[in-house]
Amino acid sequence: MDPGRKRKIRLVVALGVAVLLAGALVYTSFSASSEAKEPSQLVGVSSGGSYELTGKVVKGSVRHEGEGIRFRVADRDDASQSIPVTYTGTIPDPFRGGREIVLSGTVENGTFVGERDTLVTKCPSKFTTSGDG
Amino acid sequence: MASLGSVFLALAFLTAIFAAIAALTATGDVEERLVEISRRAVYGLCALLTLCVALIEVAFARDDFSFNIVQQHSSIETPTFYKLAAMWSSQEGSLLLWAWVLSIAASLALYATRGKLREIVPWATAVMAAIAAFFTGLMLFAGGVNPFATLDPAPADGIGLNPLLQHPSMMIHPPMLYSGYVAFTIPFAFAVGALITRRLDAAWIRSTRRFALIAWAFLGLGLLLGARWSYTELGWGGYWAWDPVENAALMPWLMGTAFLHSIMVQEKRGMLKVWNACLIVATFSLALLGTFLVRSGVLQSIHAFGDSTVGPYILGLIGVVLIGSTALIVSRLDDLRSQKRIDSLASRESVFLVNNFLLVALCAAIFWGTFFPLISELFTGDKASLAAPWFDRYTTPLAIVLVLFTGIGPLLAWRRISWDAAKRVFLAPAVVAAVVAIGLALLTDAAGKPWALALFAFAAFSLTGLAQEFWRGAAARRSLSGGSMPAALVAVVSRNRRRYGGYIVHAGVAVLLIGIAASSSFQTNRDVQLRPGESTVVDGRTIAYERPTVGVDSNAFTFGAVLGVEQGGKRFLLRPSRRFFRPTGVETGTIGSFFDGEATSEVGLKAGAGSDLWIAVQPDISAVRRRIRAADADFRACIRGAPGTPSQCRAVARLMQAAAANPRLRPVASAQIDTLQAATAERLAKSYLADDAPATFRVIVNPLVTWIWIGGLIALAGALIAIWPGRGARRRPAPDSELEALKEAKYREIRDAELDHAAGKLSDEDFAILDAELRKEAVEILDRVRVP
Repeated sequence: MDPGRKRKIRLVVALGVAVLLAGALVYTSFSASSEAKEPSQLVGVSSGGSYELTGKVVKGSVRHEGEGIRFRVADRDDASQSIPVTYTGTIPDPFRGGREIVLSGTVENGTFVGERDTLVTKCPSKFTTSGDG
Repeated sequence: MASLGSVFLALAFLTAIFAAIAALTATGDVEERLVEISRRAVYGLCALLTLCVALIEVAFARDDFSFNIVQQHSSIETPTFYKLAAMWSSQEGSLLLWAWVLSIAASLALYATRGKLREIVPWATAVMAAIAAFFTGLMLFAGGVNPFATLDPAPADGIGLNPLLQHPSMMIHPPMLYSGYVAFTIPFAFAVGALITRRLDAAWIRSTRRFALIAWAFLGLGLLLGARWSYTELGWGGYWAWDPVENAALMPWLMGTAFLHSIMVQEKRGMLKVWNACLIVATFSLALLGTFLVRSGVLQSIHAFGDSTVGPYILGLIGVVLIGSTALIVSRLDDLRSQKRIDSLASRESVFLVNNFLLVALCAAIFWGTFFPLISELFTGDKASLAAPWFDRYTTPLAIVLVLFTGIGPLLAWRRISWDAAKRVFLAPAVVAAVVAIGLALLTDAAGKPWALALFAFAAFSLTGLAQEFWRGAAARRSLSGGSMPAALVAVVSRNRRRYGGYIVHAGVAVLLIGIAASSSFQTNRDVQLRPGESTVVDGRTIAYERPTVGVDSNAFTFGAVLGVEQGGKRFLLRPSRRFFRPTGVETGTIGSFFDGEATSEVGLKAGAGSDLWIAVQPDISAVRRRIRAADADFRACIRGAPGTPSQCRAVARLMQAAAANPRLRPVASAQIDTLQAATAERLAKSYLADDAPATFRVIVNPLVTWIWIGGLIALAGALIAIWPGRGARRRPAPDSELEALKEAKYREIRDAELDHAAGKLSDEDFAILDAELRKEAVEILDRVRVP
């Protein structure tokens, strides 16, 4: 086989592998992802489904309950829309009322049940000019 | 002082613009003077920005709260070390840092290339100056990011630094990352210059290789520090979460790795020029993207710091860089295509090409996963995100193959390797890998984790191969010039720093990946609730909760535990705790306000070569908090003068009323309240000790984690060796023309071939053929040198 043909075959193989990888990537990402939802989008949603809840913890709503905690999460920009949350697992250091969180889980009868150890609390903003710091 | 700073900053901006314009007029066939003027302008820019940084640091050191930046990020109580480092915890301070480091790097690059690369340097200067102008311009014109903004009247104290950031690693981590991002500007700028002037041989690479390596090292160090900080300081016990901002630093590092390897092929064989141009553009764009991601609210991340004014501008710069560079590369494609072709699959060149593909694939997978929320929003209207398991699924196999290649690459020679030589060279590493695989499968439970087993086997292959390289290289040297083995080893390493430094980096990376594989696949993770006196057993270690601890000082309550651990016959103590800080910037408040500020975890960590024991505590302080709430309520009732309150309270209440009327009494009143409160706070906090309350402990046993840090340090040491310039005795004057540089490179190739042959990588016939080819090429170059 002359070198030119060998090179062409190598190129085709490489591109084929790349296309396969890209295809696998794209396919699995859409099925493995969880939609990010704010509390206002979860109101009235039926039980089941997996989501990623984002929003602000309502101040004063955090209660310890057995091994876990209960609290309410409201929309970032609209405090009137909130949803109750239960969660067991690691609680990050910055977690408190007023902080923004990201939590994976499902909805059960109007309450968001967080998946174990998936609570992420955003580090308080270093860059805002105002806010609770 | 602040206005002086603003003046310097404005001057810096103008100087950057001037440098860019001067450089642009210096392109083409014009006099040397203009090139020198633009270079001096960059030196001037560096001086001005240094003055700006100095002014800010002095303001921090002197607690000058008229500076907005000082007021927002420091306070009188902040320790001096953190005061000086607080500059880059702010948006405007980090922009200033970016511009300053860029000006230093650009000055060094221009100093090193003065009198050389005559056509490329002006264009490179223009690019570097333009980017510096962009960042200084951002500070001056985008809203709210001027480091010299002032407050009038100047407040008496500042907000202080977030206690989560008061850790040495956290202070060094940002400057390391920034230096890494910024240093990639230099090879990028020279690449643009090379493309514009069509001087596409390896000259631009030779001049900027060290900057690329330094950038890579800084970025790597920044990543390592971030991971270590996360592990030792945060309460979750992990070191990497595939968070968007972590990925944003990893991606340019991966592309930088590909670039550093790929340029070797261009230097040695003049191939992969298109790859190199694309790789440096990708690396630099990803570095800018990393800078952008931290400053915008675009992706949900633990680090994303909300909306900012600066984000869209950086995105604009990235767009300009990408579109401009792509257009430039496409228009120069003909000049970039090389004449030569890869001779054989079993050669270093082809391994490097596969390496490029692997790293690009890894980077692409991480990129897709990081930006998936935006991608899915485009297609489905919903922001959906991918979690760590998805990333692990794609990065694990790629990382395993890459570890294999860190071993294969060094074992191969340039151009070709015969099968006999291959058998000789691959035998020992392959045998060791097989032994390790079988041994681990039989003796440990590694068989249950095939990915980890594969990684251990391939890492063993790589480390054996690298050790073999060192051995054979030393033996080859010894056979040439005698002496002992250790001396020969030192000699061969110091005469081939790039090669052996690179091998050390590979070894470090293999060790680091071993640590990652072991600690992620074989971790034991338990949450257990214990009362004082109780104990539990985790993974063969008996952990007894001996007693609770309490600490009180003016800014924080500390609730913790003393744990007695018995492990393999040895006993030691661990003291995890949680600290609750008062919010910064508040002068006085209720005792309950201690729970309104930050909380940090002090982790109890016993590191070891075999495994780490990591324990964090979540004490149940609900009883203490109830008592504190009651005490605060009592105090409030007391100073309102409710009936039945003790006389001290009434005295304080009278003092407070007087202070409300007469401001000069306020400090006295505050001091009185503070004293009263402090005694009460201490008493209430210490009541936790008698509570016999349960505490929840997270216990993690992490095998081989320490080797992650060790591996990282080995890799950095290797990078340092590779960066280090040759010693004086061997240093020849820097080549003053392209042809001279070509000649040097060809001599290096001949020497490398001799070393490869002596180390057994090339058979005698292959070496004879290669040596003849190389010498013929050398003669051609010498002819061109003699007949200009």
